[in-house]
Amino acid sequence: MATYELETPIPEEAVRALHVGDTVYLSGLIVTGRDAAHKYMVENFIRAGVVPASEQALYEELKRLLNGGVIYHCGPVVRQREDGQWEFVAAGPTTSIREEPYEADVIAHFGLRGVIGKGGMGPQTLRACQEYGAVYFHAVGGAASLIADAVKEVVAVYKKEEFGIPEAFWVIRVEGFPVVVTMDTHGRSIHEQVERSSRDVLNRLVSSSTI
Amino acid sequence: MENLVEPFVELVRRAATDLPADVESALRAAKEREEPGTAAAGALEAILRNVELARERSTPICQDTGLPIFYVYHPRGMGTRALREQIERAVVEATRRAYLRPNAVDPLTGRNSGNNLGRSFPSFHFEEWEEEFLRVDLLLKGGGSENVSAQYKLPYAPLKAGRDLEGVRRVVLDAVYRAQGKGCAPGILGVAVGADRGGGYVCAKEQLFRPLNDTNPVPELATLEQRLLEEANELSIGPMGFGGKTTVLGVKIGAYHRLPACYFVTVAYMCWACRRARMEVRDGEVVYG
Repeated sequence: MATYELETPIPEEAVRALHVGDTVYLSGLIVTGRDAAHKYMVENFIRAGVVPASEQALYEELKRLLNGGVIYHCGPVVRQREDGQWEFVAAGPTTSIREEPYEADVIAHFGLRGVIGKGGMGPQTLRACQEYGAVYFHAVGGAASLIADAVKEVVAVYKKEEFGIPEAFWVIRVEGFPVVVTMDTHGRSIHEQVERSSRDVLNRLVSSSTI
Repeated sequence: MENLVEPFVELVRRAATDLPADVESALRAAKEREEPGTAAAGALEAILRNVELARERSTPICQDTGLPIFYVYHPRGMGTRALREQIERAVVEATRRAYLRPNAVDPLTGRNSGNNLGRSFPSFHFEEWEEEFLRVDLLLKGGGSENVSAQYKLPYAPLKAGRDLEGVRRVVLDAVYRAQGKGCAPGILGVAVGADRGGGYVCAKEQLFRPLNDTNPVPELATLEQRLLEEANELSIGPMGFGGKTTVLGVKIGAYHRLPACYFVTVAYMCWACRRARMEVRDGEVVYG
């Protein structure tokens, strides 16, 4: 279990060197995106034959940010200063498994190197991590004030009116954002391991037959 | 009725930013049990640092400030309409001050109301009681933990769970297993045995107001709570689902009358950030805690 410091955009070989259990401190630009954002990206950019003209500008911006980049499953609490600048007040991860139907496509399409969230993801995402060179970074769920401390600047926000504050794309600059690798490019997932071992214990605890 | 909007804002602030002492000390004890240097120990260290930071700065412990659930116990003659209206104004103000994230989303339009007001949002339970004072209990329950909450109907064949406390034990363990780390383990379980489907969740969440170190007055439930706490931790799902010694911080069970045909077991899973706060108004004086 090693410790690394990585900066976005992350080179593929740096991500392929990571293993489950490693601690990583992330810096650079990352983009938040959760339920509405994933549905939107897949419907407008990936499964649509042609990107709608109205969405073209955001598409270009996301391609630039997400190539070698990191998406963060997060719906922050934000505050707007008097000069109009936004600040993150609380910004822990949200449960990632809801994006399982979309994430593999997003990784492949944009060339993501990392997904930050909590709770882990499923086999489709794990396969995409192996194939395209990406990892799942687990942030500490609920540690929202602590993580907000690592957010140094809100650079831009997209789709705030349409999706609402928690669901918008927030482009943020982070420094030393602490995460643990729980799914790597070698096909390993801590979530899969814990699921399996806890199922064995459950079976033992409920094995005596009643009814 | 006197104007209690500002005291209600303070109640929300306390719930969102100041973790109850019993929960914090349970987390500290959990940290001591984990092997230093493991992901589980690291997660608990981060959680504890975060709790201190949130308290110090009056910022939300977790960004998912959830659904505000108010249990209001009011003396005879106090109108619930005025109470509701003042609490709603306080919720709007607390959202403006960034103690709460705007969380009320219309399922038809997908629009977020922006101020935490909506149909059935926040959630209210009013009860007129015999006391002369007003008590307002608030629980902020996030969506991640709500998604892993579960309701079982006994008998439940897959686990050979019958209509007795052994059956209850089996399905509660199943709920913890299914939740894995997704509800932000180590969690706290509020369990309702009996009631109807709707009442099951109301009662299960009410159990979450009990201090972690209390003892159930019903001996067979006290025994079951202790056993489930130990067995849930044997699952070794651990903090955040990283694997580890503490999966659950507490189990609180209540038994409620059921219909002859129904035997529901409702498990309200609460994340480690069990954000509950209490306010009482006695003779015009506001007391928290």
